Amino acid sequence: MQLTLWTYEGPPHVGAMRVATAMKDVHYVLHAPQGDTYADLLFTMIERLPRRPPVTYTTFQARDLGGDTAELFKDAARQAMARFNPAAMLVGSSCTAELIQDDPGGLAQALQLSIPVVALELPSYQRKENWGASETFYQLCRHLVHKPAAASETADKPAKARPTCNILGPSALGFRHRDDVKEITQLLNQLGVDVAVVAPLSASVADVQKLAEADFNVVLYPEIGMAAAQWLQRQFDQPHTQTVPLGSHATRDFIAEVCALTGLPQPAQDPSNAHAHWYAKSVDSTYLTGKRVYIFGDATHVVAAARIASQEMGFEVVGLGTYSREFAREVRDCAKRYGVEALITDDYLEVETQINALQPELILGTQMERHIAKRQGIPCAVISAPVHVQDFPARYAPQMGFEGANVLFDTWVHPLMMGLEEHLIGMFREDFEFHAGAAPSHLGSTRPAAENVAPAVAAPVASPVLVPTAAPAHTETLSTDSVHKVAPPAQAASNQATWSPEAEKELGKIPFFVRGKARRNTERFAQDQGVATITVETLYDAKAHYSR
Amino acid sequence: MSTVIPIRAETSGCTDVVPLVERGQREVFCGLTGIIWLHRKIQDAFFLVVGSRTCAHLIQSAAGVMIFAEPRFGTAIIDERDLAGLADVHEELDRVVGQLLARRPDIRLLFLVGSCPSEVIKLDLSRAAERQNQIHHPKVRVLNYSGSGIETTFTQGEDACLAAMVPGLPASTDTAPALMVVGTLADVVEDQMRSLFERMGLQVNFFPPRNSQAMPVVGPNTRYLLAQPFLADTARALQSRGAQHLAAPFPLGVEGTTAWLQAAATEFAVPPEVFEEATAAPRQRAEKALAVQRQMLQGQRIFFFPDSQLEIPLARFVHRELSMDLVEVGTPYLHRQHMAAELALMPTGTRISEGQDVDLQLDRCIADAPDLVVCGLGLANPLEAQGITTKWAIELVFTPIQGYEQAADLAGLFSRPLKRRLKLAA
Repeated sequence: MQLTLWTYEGPPHVGAMRVATAMKDVHYVLHAPQGDTYADLLFTMIERLPRRPPVTYTTFQARDLGGDTAELFKDAARQAMARFNPAAMLVGSSCTAELIQDDPGGLAQALQLSIPVVALELPSYQRKENWGASETFYQLCRHLVHKPAAASETADKPAKARPTCNILGPSALGFRHRDDVKEITQLLNQLGVDVAVVAPLSASVADVQKLAEADFNVVLYPEIGMAAAQWLQRQFDQPHTQTVPLGSHATRDFIAEVCALTGLPQPAQDPSNAHAHWYAKSVDSTYLTGKRVYIFGDATHVVAAARIASQEMGFEVVGLGTYSREFAREVRDCAKRYGVEALITDDYLEVETQINALQPELILGTQMERHIAKRQGIPCAVISAPVHVQDFPARYAPQMGFEGANVLFDTWVHPLMMGLEEHLIGMFREDFEFHAGAAPSHLGSTRPAAENVAPAVAAPVASPVLVPTAAPAHTETLSTDSVHKVAPPAQAASNQATWSPEAEKELGKIPFFVRGKARRNTERFAQDQGVATITVETLYDAKAHYSR
Repeated sequence: MSTVIPIRAETSGCTDVVPLVERGQREVFCGLTGIIWLHRKIQDAFFLVVGSRTCAHLIQSAAGVMIFAEPRFGTAIIDERDLAGLADVHEELDRVVGQLLARRPDIRLLFLVGSCPSEVIKLDLSRAAERQNQIHHPKVRVLNYSGSGIETTFTQGEDACLAAMVPGLPASTDTAPALMVVGTLADVVEDQMRSLFERMGLQVNFFPPRNSQAMPVVGPNTRYLLAQPFLADTARALQSRGAQHLAAPFPLGVEGTTAWLQAAATEFAVPPEVFEEATAAPRQRAEKALAVQRQMLQGQRIFFFPDSQLEIPLARFVHRELSMDLVEVGTPYLHRQHMAAELALMPTGTRISEGQDVDLQLDRCIADAPDLVVCGLGLANPLEAQGITTKWAIELVFTPIQGYEQAADLAGLFSRPLKRRLKLAA
């Protein structure tokens, strides 16, 4: 048994729903008790789908358990067939049905339906959502993909035909899948590659049957598409891409990989819409240098984000981790490149503890990290599922390709820019035009929390202690070049020194986002030195002490 | 029951209605969802679901944007080791509960909440609760109930939870009749009701209480009013402690609220002029506010999908006070006795359905082409996409809707989607 408060991933049958819902003419008959239909609203509300997910639930209740739940399943499958007339059917059990041990596969077979029926074995007590999606897509491929036409026929192909590929992995409820597909399709088209099938997103059964006919596969989301891609490679010698085109560098690598696979010439330069690279070089971005960033999410987005943060934004990656256990090795390898240890966990409290200890200046994460960041008053941007409804935006907002890199630059810098704005307002606070009560609204009531963080967790948390010099370079009155060190965790101060009014005022001049650290460091320093009253001198002594 | 329906002059409304009973796929929540409002009400209680990742995912999805520093609910996720018997489930539970209570020393009442998986593997949570009680006595009381989908639908989770608390309520030693209001109400509604009763000279206890240390007493002198329609088991448990039910419609709308208050006033012999004085001002205020809403809503045809058992009282309200026409009123479960006063007020011939076969019900709904459909979030956007205006039902459970001051707010929940449709079409 595992105590869980929030969970990053749903159960595996939700992953199967994501595949079924992504496709056009597949229906999923799920042996499940009343109540499991809650998952429908993930699709109709978060993704705002204008249709019901193509899922029929058997909805067994307690009084059915003594009787024939198997018959209930057969009725549901028969009725779903008659009503929805799908081209293929997925059948399987949710966690409770797994316990009552009806066999949906066998039962569906007994119905002798005229369409392909794919039985899913999704071990709910071991596996999770992404695995469920991956397994479902893999099983669909195994059951549906036709052997492509013989080699002699391919020789008859018109010589000038452009190479073709499939895009594998995009699904329903995927973080920015809709726009990533559009962006990468455009990119491939510009290179001279035609996209044959995108699957599972908006693919029909007939499309999946044709998968092996393309020249190669593009795996956009390894969590969902890799198992199928590897199978296609084994069965049909169909190669697949390894690079996920997240970030400018990775997009260039992806282009090189595609060109190597197809023999197409590599374009000499980036397209005219690739702004992110120049933006990061422009002098306005200098203050981003060495910003301490913490990254958490699914494996693909974390590995990519770490590379972008480090190489394209000039941040310092101070910690990273994932909830995708299936890709733990890749994430550990990635972490090593940045000299940190990867956190592999699906317990958001562990993530919170680590963030608490590291006190990063920016968090890139999921919905959970957004809430952790909000509580701690740390800027944050969302890079990975699970996400709430606002991260299924109406506007075009890919993460991949060059436009994706532009989106990422804006998304990540935005919360930091807001921090700078706040600092500027703070600097001019005593001007007649800015009264003290006019706090910027974006941090709302959480703003003071930056100074006075009460640990939300009851468990003892190592108090973060950092150098109070992480101020942006342009605030020359107070900051020298930033040097970051993590001092040993502070003990709870028992005999706190008092702040003189001048020192308190001086402290107020430090940007709010490092003020809390400065306060803690100074108090710790005062305590160590036996200083009873903190003066302006003590403040700067402490600063010098921790800057060593 | 006799097969011949007697023709009686005094037969009113839908008292003798034969509902359309359907079985099939149900698009409803399970009882675990009740945790989301129950834990807000009882502020020192923690709800620990013993279930699967699906259960954890469900509560999280339903809780949605309710973000707390520390939610007072969680899931002990059963894993393969528990199923294979490799781990003693009770020892595992000891460990998880210990871990939890160490993290949350402020918790005084812990509910072990059964789920479909725990019911199917026949995990004896009542024995587990007893055992935990011994371990953590006297600091924490541990109770158990089932919120599983195989046994409970949505709001029935609250019923199961309250029913589990009833045996532990302190016994009343008084002989003078005392009033108890049963069912979770928003704090603001509770305060209004308390003040109304006080103006009538009545002292009232609310159940569930806001704090587990302030449990109301119960005994043969207790007279209870149900504030919510879904409390069948709780009522039975109270009955077994000697308490007596005061039959009344539910306090939705002006009429419902007045009749509900009147039931208590009658029982406790409140003089009519005192009742009138206590209720006249808020009643007139609410009627005035409702008149504005009625202009928008009268003559509009409304269809209720089953969700919370609030559908019949809501239908009565929108029909009688807002002049809406009822197309179909679906309820997950029809408790004849608790619903008697409501059914009597419903227009004769209303199509009432109990249970659900969602595909068939959707067929009916689309064929009927109602002006407004009350349904769950899984159906709302798909129906909107077909040009049907909807009001999502779960909001009716989370929003304060009972009592005089909320009557117009409640009407507003129905008029807003229609207003929006008009605005966007213009």
